[in-house]
Amino acid sequence: MLTFTIRRLILAIPTLLFISFIIFLIVKLSPSDPTAGLPLTIPPEVREQIRESLGVNDPVFVQYFKWLKLMMWDEPLHLIWVEDGWLYRFEDYLYAREICPHPPHLTQLERTDLFPDGDYNSCIFDEYGPRIISYQTRSPVMELILQRMPQTLWVVGTSYIVGILIALPLGIISAYRQYSWFDQLGTFVSMIGFSVPTFFTGVLFIVIFAVNLGWFPSVYDTTLEVTDWETFKQQFRQMIMPVMVLGLFNASQISRYMRASMLDNLNQDYVRTARAKGLSESVVVLVHVLRNSMIPVVTVIALNVPAVFGGAIITEQVFKVNGIGQLLIIAIQAGDVPVVQTVSFIFAVLIVLFNLLADILYGVLDPRIRYD
Amino acid sequence: MTDAPKQPLATSGATPAGAAPVMEMEAYRPPRNQWWDVWDQFKTHKGALFGLGFFIFALLFVYLGPLIWTLDSQYIDIRARNTNHIFSCLGVGGGWFSAQGWADWFRDMPACLGDPEAFSTANPIYGLRVSWAHPLGADQLGRDTLSRMMVGGQTSIAVGLTAMLLALFFGTLVGVLAGYFRKVDGLLMRLTDLFLAMPLLPLLLVIIMLFRDVLRSAFGPEGGIFVLIVVVIGLTSWMQTARVVRGDVLALKEREFVLAARSIGTPPWRLILRHVLPNVMSSIMVSATLGIANAIITESALSFLGLGFPSDFPTWGRLLFDATDWLTQNPERVIWPGLFISLTVLSVNYIGDGLRDALDPRIRGR
Repeated sequence: MLTFTIRRLILAIPTLLFISFIIFLIVKLSPSDPTAGLPLTIPPEVREQIRESLGVNDPVFVQYFKWLKLMMWDEPLHLIWVEDGWLYRFEDYLYAREICPHPPHLTQLERTDLFPDGDYNSCIFDEYGPRIISYQTRSPVMELILQRMPQTLWVVGTSYIVGILIALPLGIISAYRQYSWFDQLGTFVSMIGFSVPTFFTGVLFIVIFAVNLGWFPSVYDTTLEVTDWETFKQQFRQMIMPVMVLGLFNASQISRYMRASMLDNLNQDYVRTARAKGLSESVVVLVHVLRNSMIPVVTVIALNVPAVFGGAIITEQVFKVNGIGQLLIIAIQAGDVPVVQTVSFIFAVLIVLFNLLADILYGVLDPRIRYD
Repeated sequence: MTDAPKQPLATSGATPAGAAPVMEMEAYRPPRNQWWDVWDQFKTHKGALFGLGFFIFALLFVYLGPLIWTLDSQYIDIRARNTNHIFSCLGVGGGWFSAQGWADWFRDMPACLGDPEAFSTANPIYGLRVSWAHPLGADQLGRDTLSRMMVGGQTSIAVGLTAMLLALFFGTLVGVLAGYFRKVDGLLMRLTDLFLAMPLLPLLLVIIMLFRDVLRSAFGPEGGIFVLIVVVIGLTSWMQTARVVRGDVLALKEREFVLAARSIGTPPWRLILRHVLPNVMSSIMVSATLGIANAIITESALSFLGLGFPSDFPTWGRLLFDATDWLTQNPERVIWPGLFISLTVLSVNYIGDGLRDALDPRIRGR
């Protein structure tokens, strides 16, 4: 098992290199110009200098290796700092040691506001290694992603958990009472949830619950901080719609797998044996059958996690959640190459990692499968 | 699937060799094409029948509809802007829980359906603008929703079918090559894995954003986007088909009829075309239905994110996207495109479900 994991981890490296190269090539070979959005009054020679400073004129391979070094070496260094056996975020460390003059969690604008004549940029950009800088905001891409991460994780993570919590009982009961009215209804609902795209359910929910009934807000307010019961209720209300939309979609997918897997197992010989031994029905179904049926379902749940992040792009757009998906859309529309490359690459890393995780889980859960 | 081939497939596995008594009993029946058995099984799946019915309805609606409802989808009837759809008439009257409300409903509803324009002006209390000239309403410029739904559906369904064909072609090619020729198997399957590990939606968005203008100048504003979207969806959704086909081909390759064909000196390409492909047809058809559903959803999602077709060239996704800007004034505008996308995808998924059951010889005839 360990050798398998290590082998897969090593194999993941060329995969990721290849994917990163393709992402890089697609973005680089395109005829878009990072200075296209700038005012037309800028003279051509200045425009050329801007391009030069962005490194657009280098050969493609040079640019790729520069980007790869930034992505693989410099950015992790900025995220993690190890000292005395403790892990710090690098900027926190700099601030704590009074090397940096400002708290790290401030955005670029807040830094300029608070320290108008301070040397607010130096300790991030220059002295401690280069970073991937967004064309749009002129701030490090990783900072943008870290700012957006909590919203995406909250909405997407909660919806995934909700989806699983709905799907498992639904699949189990549907399979146990096959062809009953509950099963018919459950399969029908999951077929609908599977077919109706999230951008329609989302808009429909907004029309019904926000426009007509006025129960929930249609726009997700990211600036809301949960401090007391009142703000918690507000946060809960604004999360209900996006979570339900994504959760229903996930639930319909997972419950189909759960039902099929339970049906496969319910007719096996060991179930008859368990019943013949006189075990109660609940023990047979919930212990013997369920544990075996969970094996493929768990791997499907692991495999779908990156897809959920991708699917959240649309849901975030519908409910105006400013998460990673929205960051990507804005960056694509503005031709912000570094952000697009980084976010796509992070998605690719997620996919490869969760594929690996699914394979390992499969081996751990099912003792019949041995990879060595 | 009802248009059966002229002759029964030579190598079908539908007649098991060891079932002699059954053969005797069935000997009196006239010979029958195996696709009739598939159709018989397909008919027993209610959802699949509904799906087939709705899909045919949708095809007729979008391709023959414009011949009946001849209003131009680009015609701007500015006086009719933000017209509600005619079904709003069903919502007139007072409360649903009082006798007076029901009495009002019985008085107003026929009046509204009979002469909508006069009713709308005479009863401003309902805030309705309905007209038989625009049964499904009109958008903020006064363009007719019904004709836009038809024209939009043509694009959406055409994109779905073309992208599915492209994906099927690539998937079958890769699958058959990988399954049949052992030399390229490892390479092609690693390629498939690589494509599966790509973040597809972000990449789709990036490609479309970046290459839109080039193709637009090459093929014209609509043709360029059509080519781009079809190619991009086709190139990013062939992997499942390839995997399924490869598995089937690997199993078929060991069968006796392939050995027999090879032993009489059939060249590989003819062996693939005559003996292997007809036998993997069933799994290809199932993935074709999934491919249509996937392509329609992806195209709508792209249009919904504002990266699809231009706004004067409607598709269902684009209509939905445009309608979301008018949610507070005219919320029911989102219903028609959304309903048609959802029902088409649902019907195609049901057809796939039914086909999977019908084409599985273990289930068929049980």
